[in-house]
Amino acid sequence: MNDFSDAFATALSLILNLDQDLAEIVLLSLRVSLTAVLVAAVIGLPLGAALALFRFPGRSAAIVIVNALMGLPPVVVGLVVYLLLSRSGPLGPLGLLFSPAAMIIAQAVLVTPIVAALTRQVVEDLWAEYEEQLRSLGATPARAIGTLLWDGRFSLVTAVLAGFGRASAEVGAVMIVGGNIAHVTRVMTTTIALEVSKGDLALALGLGIILIALSLAVNGAASLIRETARRYQGALA
Amino acid sequence: MATFPPITPLSVEGLAFAVDGKQLLSEISFTLEAHRTALVLGPNGAGKSLLLRLCHGLLQPTAGRVSWQGAGADQASAHQAMVFQRPVMLRRSAAANIDYALSLRGVPARQRSSLTAEALERAGLSALAKRPARVLSGGEQQRLALARAWSVRPQVLFLDEPTASLDPAATRAVEELIGRIRADGTTIVMTTHDLGQARRLADEIIFLHRGRLVEKTAAADFFSNPQSQEARAFVAGELLW
Ligand SMILES: Nc1ncnc2c1ncn2[C@@H]1O[C@H](COP(=O)(O)OP(=O)(O)OP(=O)(O)O)[C@@H](O)[C@H]1O
Ligand SMILES: [Mg+2]
Repeated sequence: MNDFSDAFATALSLILNLDQDLAEIVLLSLRVSLTAVLVAAVIGLPLGAALALFRFPGRSAAIVIVNALMGLPPVVVGLVVYLLLSRSGPLGPLGLLFSPAAMIIAQAVLVTPIVAALTRQVVEDLWAEYEEQLRSLGATPARAIGTLLWDGRFSLVTAVLAGFGRASAEVGAVMIVGGNIAHVTRVMTTTIALEVSKGDLALALGLGIILIALSLAVNGAASLIRETARRYQGALA
Repeated sequence: MATFPPITPLSVEGLAFAVDGKQLLSEISFTLEAHRTALVLGPNGAGKSLLLRLCHGLLQPTAGRVSWQGAGADQASAHQAMVFQRPVMLRRSAAANIDYALSLRGVPARQRSSLTAEALERAGLSALAKRPARVLSGGEQQRLALARAWSVRPQVLFLDEPTASLDPAATRAVEELIGRIRADGTTIVMTTHDLGQARRLADEIIFLHRGRLVEKTAAADFFSNPQSQEARAFVAGELLW
């Protein structure tokens, strides 16, 4: 028990003093996850919208696959990305393994299906409501996609936040492709795993507190967005 | 927009529409000349909304065809607009809803704001320009839908019960607006359950019953001397679905 309160006190002082190691790890985590979510949004938003709008053979199968990919175990993603990036793998020559770039790729692979699947749902519901009106107004398919993404913006930001939550909390994928190298690829989750196994609870606990705060902030933002949507649009977008 | 060659007359030949083997409209044929106002009448479920959506090109007929006969026919869809029975408002301000319609028709940005303001003014919505369209009342949304459809200056305007949820004063205002749109030379195809309104606005009546065209006659004749038994019952307020 004493161990725990000591560790907790040290953890707090690490945070309050902006401990350099801790700050470095937090900043790398944010950089990796935010970049991964950005990549996932750039791919997942139009992909989800296209799945919602276009009828093509194999569409239902594609939707099932994207939905299933939402629940991909991070370690499996890590393994696959590892195999792709390893020296003998197809992307080996890029030399990305055990770098932040590799971690960004792994998290983007993990988050893109989440963004795409949630986007498809949002856009499909919106399209059911808008289709005849947009066709009547003369919207081209490309224009319609843009309109649906814009009009679904509140729900879509929530989808992207969900993706960010998943990326920043995941440990298996970044551990495998990043290697948890001090000062290079060490992020919050992998550091916690390592420090706990070494018995150094203070840093682990400090990072844990920050992760929880981050999760609260993300969910707070999502609820604020829902509230705004209700107020300005009469209903959830 | 006004100088484009006419897309009318509208010709409907042997039009039919079925869903899952259920025949909802059959053997509908008529022609509508330019600058006319046709009122599509009939009891609930007669197929009025379906007919408007087929004519506007939103639905593909299962038999027969809808064709535009004028010199501008190849661009027919760009010169029509429709107000739906249930207005669909985009999740943005009232003004932005109109601006959006104008931008889809390729109206340059610098002309859009004055056209938007004019359309809002005509529909009595200037004070609500900045309000999110979806928090407007049902009647306000219906007027906004009409303003949006009119803003693009269509040659042919389809109106599906445009005054269904309006109070008497707003109904009168919207009828006046429709009258002015008509006076500008717009061809109007409209449905209503308000027979007084049909008398006031119609040049001709297209009367549907159970998915069939029962009569298409000049409005005056329809009300004074309906040809079919169904139409007589309908005018007398006795026709049930
Ligand atoms: N997609 C559809 N699938 C099955 N039935 C449909 C479909 N669309 C319309 N119908 C049916 O077709 C009939 C005609 O519908 P429509 O909306 O044209 O009626 P309406 O004349 O506009 O009636 P109202 O006066 O109530 O607006 C109705 O019985 C309706 O239930
Ligand atoms: Mg109807």
